[in-house]
Amino acid sequence: MLFFSFFRTLVDHEVTVELKNDLLLHGRLKSVDQFLNIKLEDITIGDSSLPIPGAGEVGSITAEQRWPHLFAVKNVFIRGSVVRYVHLPAAAVDTQLLEDATRREAAAAQQGALKK
Amino acid sequence: MERSAGIGGTNSGVDGNGGASASTTPAPTLGPSTQPGVAAPPGPAGPPQLPPQMFTTSAQLLDLTDKKLLVSLRDGRRLIGVLRSWDQVPNLVLQYTVERLYVDGKYCDINRGVFLVRGENVLLLGEIDLDKEDELPQTQATVEEVFGLHKAQQMEKKRRDKVVRRKLAALGFEEDEQHVLF
Repeated sequence: MLFFSFFRTLVDHEVTVELKNDLLLHGRLKSVDQFLNIKLEDITIGDSSLPIPGAGEVGSITAEQRWPHLFAVKNVFIRGSVVRYVHLPAAAVDTQLLEDATRREAAAAQQGALKK
Repeated sequence: MERSAGIGGTNSGVDGNGGASASTTPAPTLGPSTQPGVAAPPGPAGPPQLPPQMFTTSAQLLDLTDKKLLVSLRDGRRLIGVLRSWDQVPNLVLQYTVERLYVDGKYCDINRGVFLVRGENVLLLGEIDLDKEDELPQTQATVEEVFGLHKAQQMEKKRRDKVVRRKLAALGFEEDEQHVLF
């Protein structure tokens, strides 16, 4: 549940979600649930398999051309199981706190195992 | 005596002459059963927090219900329909569903009716902005035309994938064909 709690602290921040099909969705994180399904608002799209826009590669297509169905889509609900990465805003993440929480959770799990 | 008669009345419709029968039942067991009904104050409130139901799958889907959605499936299909029902997985029920195909600058819609989509096949749900939908850069073409082009494109992709797989296999990489993701 650590990551669920962590993502809950990121609500209303801008994140980029990279899916397993290379689609990048950048938007405002609206909600997360226990499966890490993610809801984003006001999305813009990109594609991690395509060269960076403006790099001047000849004959390459844009993300909008590769994913035409997302043209009229504003808000998305993404199933947690198809997410590859979530790119986080560095300023909103307290790594020290995360580390501590991880240690605490690991210690608690160890204690639970010893009791049994 | 008065108290036990009152209890008899609330417990059952035995009433009137039931005063006698109520007095035969042991008073201590009846006494406690009436007390919770008398006073049940709500539990103490914790620190202010967003309600936990904000972070459930159901809460996320609730405001998408009865809206026109784009559903992207694991096999590459794109369905457009009105979300009518769902559960926590989330399996979905879509009404007035069309399957939309895009090929180059053209698209077409194939009428499909009502769909129940098993949750594991869903990649994402997109809420469609109805105003922006009218300004699609692609042009609508007939199903026959786009379907033919789409099929040719799929065949080409299949052929290319086969070549890639064969070359990867020669290098010792094996791909799981079950997990097609579009």
